[in-house]
Amino acid sequence: MTGAAMRIELIRRPHQSTTMAIASPLLAIALTLITGAIMFALSGVNPGAALYVYFIEPLTAWWSVEELLTKAAPIILIAIGLAFCYRSNTWNIGAEGQLVAGAIAGSAIPILLPDWNGPLVLPLMLLMGIAGGMAYAAIPALLKVRFGTNEILTSLMLVYSAQLFVDWLARGPWRNPEGLNFPDSRPFSDGQLLPVIFGDDIRLHIVFVLIAVVVAWFVLGRTITGFQIAVLGQAPRAGAFAGFSRNRMIVVAFLIAGGMAGLAGISEVAGPTEMLRTTVSPGYGFTAIIVAFLGRLQPVGMLLAGLLLALTFLGGEGAQFALGLSDQTTQVFQGMLLFYVLACDTLIFYTPRIVRTGTASGPTPRTPAPGAET
Amino acid sequence: MDTAPSAKLERRAGDGTPTLEASQIVKDFGPLRANDLVDFAIQPGEIHALLGENGAGKSTLVKILYGSLQPTSGEVRWKGQPVVVANPAAARRLGIGMVFQHFSLFDALTVTENISLALEDKHRLDDLARKIETVSEDYGLPLRPSSTVADLSVGERQRVEIVRCLLQEPELIIMDEPTSVLTPQEASDLFKTLNRLAGEGCSVLYISHRLEEVKELCHHATILRHGKVVAECDPAEETAGRLASMMVGADVEALERRAAPSGDHPVRLRIAGLSLSKPHAFATALDDISLEVRGGEIVSIAGVAGNGQDELFDALSGERTAGDANAITINDKPCGANGITARRRLDAGFVPEERLGHGAVPRFKLSQNVVLTRHGTGEGLVRSGVLDFVAARGVVHTVTERFDVRKAAPDPEAGSLSGGNLQKFVVGREYDRRPGVLVVSQPTWGVDAGAATAIRQALIDLARAGSAVLVISQDLDEILEISDRIAVISQGRLSEARVASGITREEIGLLMGGAHDGGGDAH
Repeated sequence: MTGAAMRIELIRRPHQSTTMAIASPLLAIALTLITGAIMFALSGVNPGAALYVYFIEPLTAWWSVEELLTKAAPIILIAIGLAFCYRSNTWNIGAEGQLVAGAIAGSAIPILLPDWNGPLVLPLMLLMGIAGGMAYAAIPALLKVRFGTNEILTSLMLVYSAQLFVDWLARGPWRNPEGLNFPDSRPFSDGQLLPVIFGDDIRLHIVFVLIAVVVAWFVLGRTITGFQIAVLGQAPRAGAFAGFSRNRMIVVAFLIAGGMAGLAGISEVAGPTEMLRTTVSPGYGFTAIIVAFLGRLQPVGMLLAGLLLALTFLGGEGAQFALGLSDQTTQVFQGMLLFYVLACDTLIFYTPRIVRTGTASGPTPRTPAPGAET
Repeated sequence: MDTAPSAKLERRAGDGTPTLEASQIVKDFGPLRANDLVDFAIQPGEIHALLGENGAGKSTLVKILYGSLQPTSGEVRWKGQPVVVANPAAARRLGIGMVFQHFSLFDALTVTENISLALEDKHRLDDLARKIETVSEDYGLPLRPSSTVADLSVGERQRVEIVRCLLQEPELIIMDEPTSVLTPQEASDLFKTLNRLAGEGCSVLYISHRLEEVKELCHHATILRHGKVVAECDPAEETAGRLASMMVGADVEALERRAAPSGDHPVRLRIAGLSLSKPHAFATALDDISLEVRGGEIVSIAGVAGNGQDELFDALSGERTAGDANAITINDKPCGANGITARRRLDAGFVPEERLGHGAVPRFKLSQNVVLTRHGTGEGLVRSGVLDFVAARGVVHTVTERFDVRKAAPDPEAGSLSGGNLQKFVVGREYDRRPGVLVVSQPTWGVDAGAATAIRQALIDLARAGSAVLVISQDLDEILEISDRIAVISQGRLSEARVASGITREEIGLLMGGAHDGGGDAH
């Protein structure tokens, strides 16, 4: 019951706006850059220079483009898996933990059997990585199906368990006996590493990313599985009417996301880091959530969004060296981006309108019946 | 009815300033013009019917009058003064009340608490309860303020909505399809209340598809077609057929009924001693339901909403399975324990009451909604897990042609269709398979006369071609029009099915009130 005022109202669009679906991520990126510039200016850094260091400089040298692709690969793999969850309205926030679980499971072979170097080793490591991620993702899925627990909480909490467990492994039982007490596992041998296929650092998992994009595009858009995911995500009652099981879909979506995160995890330790360390990733599993939404849960969109977010990691490192900015700036950027994406997404379904009301306006609890025709 | 035609004419003739007047209203939704230069006026004390097919622009006009939508152009005048109705709260402050087709009450709260939530002024609950009692007695709307809404019948819930309106002392009440959920007895009580209100000078804008009812109750009618006012008339002086043809713009075809096939067609749907507990606190348990539907016949289940119809539909479709496989038999195969896809494979089809969100996914294209119910029936819409959208679009085309589904694009989102057109699509999607057993709930709910006739004719044709058709409906006219046999559901129990020609409206009405167990609540 406020007085006379002007306010912004959101009017529901009769149809989703296709223009806004494409414009929303771009608008979010623009707003993030503007806010970032203000943030830099406030902390006494020239915003132009800072944004250059952040977003342009990493693209000016080949080695750093390779670095960019290497960082983008796990983020995109995870994001594609998460898209299966989010499209089916299942909220897996624990990809970071599933990534760690995959890294641990896949590392068991090179750490426990360091001398095994046959052609089967690498495929087996990858499979165990996928299985490890799936098994870890199955925990929140089964808890939700069986006991109705909130998967957001359980999957998130399991991240910290996994991180502490790998920390303990790397410092304790799996520490390299010849490693001068550094908290790392023994380095994997060549046969246990993903081969470099291009340049100096581009490894095989770049191929996995491309395959995953194509397969996900096909499965989500053309198959009955993708159809089930979309129906259950949008209209659970219609999903039941179609004969689809919500519980089964929760488990399937979690397993897919966990498997992809596990693949990303083993690709990280059998790739760039070449060993198991106390931390497996700088938060790729969380960054992938942003990538999934920034990419509209569309495989190609997530590919592009993954490259952009990888850039913020690289730019953050550059800004630390060149400008002495805290490495937290990267997380601020990522957080802002997610915030703006979610905010801008409102514009896909609603159009804002400024309303001038001369009279008091109270709550309007009653809206026209949803079933009424127009 | 207690209002003589002469009195109506006087009232219409003696008009001064209309309570509410809308002139040259235009409302565009993108390229679609939902209201096209609509002129409309309602006099004090007038019960004014707003008629039109689905998609004719009735809801749009009403939403503009009630402030939920703003017109693209045109003017609304309240008692002669131009006004901008910015939102429903502003409408209520002017003195416009609305009773919706679907109630917006909280089941777990009492009548007083529910009404309290809608009021803007500060008030004490016990004062409010007294006011509710006074108003409800005054207007013949018996209501106990302390009752919990969950315990009320649908008719009583509607009274809560009406009392809620009356407490704001409206000068115009808008009623959207008020009798669609009432027994004949309850409807006649409602008419008394409306006549009483009109007698006191309150205007009533009455939206209904039931033309007989409009003829009986309303003083004046405005008829919309394709967004334009095509006629105004005194409904008492027209026949229902004339009114319907004004709405549709052509003569409505009469249903073509062939005699039910005599002799012994096989039983295709058998329900035997089906009992199911309540799925949630405000649902109805099913109690020992038995029924047989033979090929070639339409059997209808009448009843007031909330007596177990939804639960029965879910049990028949397999969305909720019964423990006992023999509780439900389709085409001689026990399937009580099987899910909906398995039952569809036994050549059954299902059409639920709720079109959007249950029968169809609103944001899905029609072709995707074809896949929704026909992905598992081995028709080639899904091959080795891959969807064939070309085939699905073929089905959309067939259904569109057969049922005259009107849409703006070849394959639009389901949510963009008007209610009647979407209902034709949802029924047509199953009809297109020619299922041996069809279970359909509220086949013509909220659907205009033209669409309703098309749908009912399809049900009759399907039955006469040898299918068993079971219709669950609250529309008694519809049931009497199409059924071969009729059963009545009340409090989760089903009466014996009786031959339609040998049962009267009154008998059905009594069964709907629960007369067969003698414990029905009287109202």
